[in-house]
Amino acid sequence: MRLKTQLVVAVLSGIAATAAGAATPQETIKLHQRALAATCANCHGTEGRTTDGSAIPSLAGMPRDYMVTQMKAFREGTRPATVMHQITKGLTNQQIESVSTYFSSLKR
Amino acid sequence: MMKRRSFVQASLALGTLGSSLSMVGCATTGNVPAKAKVVVIGGGYGGATAAKYVRMLSNYQIDVVLVEPNENFISCPVSNLVIGGSKTMGDITTPYDNLRGKHGVIHARDMVSRIDAAKKTVTLAGGATIGYDKLIVSPGIDMMWSSIEGLQTASAAGQILQAWKAGPETVALRRQLEDMPDGGVYAIAVPLAPYRCPPGPYERASQVASYFKKAKPKSKVLILDANPDVTSKGPLFKKFWAENYAGMLEFRGNHKAVAVDARSKTIKFETSDDVKADVLNVLPNMSAGAIAMQSGLANVNNRWCNVDYLTFESTAAKDVHVIGDSVLAAPLMPKSGHMANSHGKVVAAAVVAQLSGMDVNPQPLLTNTCYSFVNDKLVVHVASVHQYVAAEKTFKTVAGSGGVSAAPNELEGIYAWNWAQNIWADTLL
Repeated sequence: MRLKTQLVVAVLSGIAATAAGAATPQETIKLHQRALAATCANCHGTEGRTTDGSAIPSLAGMPRDYMVTQMKAFREGTRPATVMHQITKGLTNQQIESVSTYFSSLKR
Repeated sequence: MMKRRSFVQASLALGTLGSSLSMVGCATTGNVPAKAKVVVIGGGYGGATAAKYVRMLSNYQIDVVLVEPNENFISCPVSNLVIGGSKTMGDITTPYDNLRGKHGVIHARDMVSRIDAAKKTVTLAGGATIGYDKLIVSPGIDMMWSSIEGLQTASAAGQILQAWKAGPETVALRRQLEDMPDGGVYAIAVPLAPYRCPPGPYERASQVASYFKKAKPKSKVLILDANPDVTSKGPLFKKFWAENYAGMLEFRGNHKAVAVDARSKTIKFETSDDVKADVLNVLPNMSAGAIAMQSGLANVNNRWCNVDYLTFESTAAKDVHVIGDSVLAAPLMPKSGHMANSHGKVVAAAVVAQLSGMDVNPQPLLTNTCYSFVNDKLVVHVASVHQYVAAEKTFKTVAGSGGVSAAPNELEGIYAWNWAQNIWADTLL
């Protein structure tokens, strides 16, 4: 079932990208969302998956609401941090929600 | 061979599903193609990241050639620990294999000798020519030898090293320190900002002092800085030096080196007295990397590359994008590996959007975190968040964001090493 869905998605995205200018608004939104989430990857790994044994946590598959809450707690200083309080102060609520939505959609 | 090529094309056409298949095909493709949608020059933090992310963000539909002469990536961040003796070259080396094997990036092991922006081609030193739709130039920095008389010759002879590009010079500088007798002097000359890795000279001085404290306690570390004060994390470094390296490490500001004499191991300064030392580590002024300088891309004071920050497209050449240390920095944007990796993702997303008929992200974001080891375990950091501001067409740090560590600490020592592992993987694996 999942394989069938993947196949459909793959074929559709293939068609969209080969026809110049035919990208859908959803594809554009997705690209921008992935690019924003990629700013986390320097420390938290590509697609939110860290290297084995990393003390820095993976983000892939983290529940959305949990991640939003933690990011806001860093920002407000209610969760202590070494770096994340300084990073989250540079993000809007919308950016926090967007990256949290993205990572929650990925497999661990 | 033909079969393999059509197999790759077929799997590329399948898009996401084909991604895993196309990797297998490209892993054995050693030839340089005559044309690629995207060509990337330079496999450092910027270029390797851009190459990987163009592949990923295009769902493996856009072909990428990475032109990089080395077989392995050697990290500048953490290389000061090799000089200090607590890490080895093996610890900071990662092969380029995975970009090819896992992501289908075609790795041309060569240098670009010429960019023809009108014809949209690059010519390799080995003679091959590759056409491109989009060129991403990430050549790092080059030394401005003329800023310090006698330095280029002394450097070429291995007498006065820079070790500001991690590699053989990192090992050679470590050897000079090992060979130096106890009671000797190590001097590092720091150029006027901007230069690659603002806290790097101070981390290096700290590493050398940490080594001397254990192995050669009568020795001295001199920081001879063209800038008036420590350029990055100043209060943190200076407090740690005072508490841990007092009598051993000395900082002297406003020391702009203008000449060296390798035979007498002397540095001459614009206004201060000459300094002699046993191991000289002299950094000249720095500019954009050589290929950017030769191609007219370094259009700011013939030194740095001006870009449209939204896409990192050069203001000197269409469809040529410049990233990393070569770029004229936006306000408070450091020349760092972390920042180059961040540039790599913004340019990858922009190039994928442009080649796929999508709108470019109107609000790109960059982050930076620089960790510095003050000894073999304790670390301080500086972090920042840079948001693109459309009205001003540049990146600006977000008010209230960013900052430094409260004090050197071991927890950040662990995070710093894990940061390195993760950013190497994010760039190369």
